[in-house]
Amino acid sequence: MNDNVVLDLDRVVKRFGDNEVLSGVSLQLHRHEVVCLIGASGSGKSTLLRCANLLERIDGGSISLFGQSLLDERIDPDLVRRHIGMVFQSFNLFPHLSVLENILLGPVRALKRDRAEAREEALALLERIGLRDRADEYPDRLSGGQQQRVAIVRSLAMRPALLLLDEVTSALDPTLVGEVLDLLRDLAANGTTMLIATHEMNFARDVARQVAYLDHGVLVEQGTPEQIFSHPEHESTRTFLERVR
Amino acid sequence: MSLGTDESSSTPNLFAPRHRRIFVGRRGLVASTVSSAVLIGVLVAIFFWAPGSATVRYYYFNGHNMWQSFVGHPQTGLLSVGRGFLTNIWMCLLCEVLILFFGLAVAWIRVSRSPVLTPFRVLATAYTDVFRGVPLLLVVFLVGFGLPALGLGFISSQSPDVYGCVALTITYTAYVAEVFRAGIYSVPNGQILAARSLGLTHGTIMRRVTLPQAVRPVMPPLLNDFITLQKDTALVSVLGAIEAARAAQIYESTVFNGSGLVVASLLFLAITVPLTRFTDRLLDRDRKRRLASLS
Repeated sequence: MNDNVVLDLDRVVKRFGDNEVLSGVSLQLHRHEVVCLIGASGSGKSTLLRCANLLERIDGGSISLFGQSLLDERIDPDLVRRHIGMVFQSFNLFPHLSVLENILLGPVRALKRDRAEAREEALALLERIGLRDRADEYPDRLSGGQQQRVAIVRSLAMRPALLLLDEVTSALDPTLVGEVLDLLRDLAANGTTMLIATHEMNFARDVARQVAYLDHGVLVEQGTPEQIFSHPEHESTRTFLERVR
Repeated sequence: MSLGTDESSSTPNLFAPRHRRIFVGRRGLVASTVSSAVLIGVLVAIFFWAPGSATVRYYYFNGHNMWQSFVGHPQTGLLSVGRGFLTNIWMCLLCEVLILFFGLAVAWIRVSRSPVLTPFRVLATAYTDVFRGVPLLLVVFLVGFGLPALGLGFISSQSPDVYGCVALTITYTAYVAEVFRAGIYSVPNGQILAARSLGLTHGTIMRRVTLPQAVRPVMPPLLNDFITLQKDTALVSVLGAIEAARAAQIYESTVFNGSGLVVASLLFLAITVPLTRFTDRLLDRDRKRRLASLS
């Protein structure tokens, strides 16, 4: 087993009632690697991400993090999630907490880190995204793009081994998409390990090491951006790419 | 039918028919004043023209007796409705504190998922089902006469006031637990997902994420329950606790004048009406905030 593999999804099956949402999806995420998941809405991208950090229980296959099976019943899902950051389409910042408190909640309450130290770190992260002066404001005073960048920083403050990003620009005004994608580009350039579900094809082409195309719960094909976007092998991949272009 | 907008260029008639035209500004004010005056006039007229009007006015709205019942007359053994009302107030305040505490606890247990708590979850569910269904008056009787009959020393030797509070707390805890539970379920699922993905434990999520967001939307229904609780403290009179309604009854049966009952009613109104107005304002503010956040 390659010890560079951070996350290993092996023939993952997920059903909601009679509806099979994932039919044996296998995917590996290596250290410092960015993998983009593309596919139509309802193809199973979000479900796959949720399964990866145990927000959904899977019905078949296996998931392991650093070679450790997460299906072992001795595993504490709360501990697993502390190593996996997740960012959502709808930001999901906590509206009753200020920007700073949003970022501090995980490190202080889950990791039991020293508050003052975590605070310094959180402010430094906010500085990096140019929002340090908004630290004490509440999320509803921020634009969508700012909120989503804060949500990304909230995940990073946990010092996760990998980030899962679930269509993080889909709920944004077109004018605000850029600032979020720029932040993700920065993260990728710094070697952040990320699994990104996205509809932004140009972004995927730029940033991804690997692109995986999902269709109705099946991973149809996976390869470098060049392979997938320029020479897709499967008919359904070609059809999908033509439609989004 | 063509696909598209209407091609005819004639101007449509946009005037409301005469009988549906809305009164605006001064005319609106005049219209509402006139209709209010007419309505009140009719009601007052009915009251004064009723065959027994004079009797009712003497028996219930007698100024002298209203004042007498309010202040009481200790020398002749007459209890004060005003003093009795103080009992209603402290009962209601004490019970409210207990109710909020236990209501939250019951709601918390009902939404918990730990297998260890399963028996408590079943109990909590049974509890809310039973006590939301049994009329408060019956609970007052059962507690007020049942517990003393048990002969259990401390538990069976309390005053009617205490049994009254116990009965009120038991019943209202069931209502309030359901209110809190509704509040907890009203927190968007995305909030819980985000908190879980930070690796926070169920208890921490409850305390730091769910509850702070669950309480605000249920403030108006909680205040509603507080208002009804305030009124329902009068039911404790059936146990012999001397509160406003009871004092008024005693005054009535001694002096043969029911004005004390009206005094007690006015005292309850003096508390519940401002509270109701306050609740309405809160609701209105919340509605405006929601509308503002949507835009």
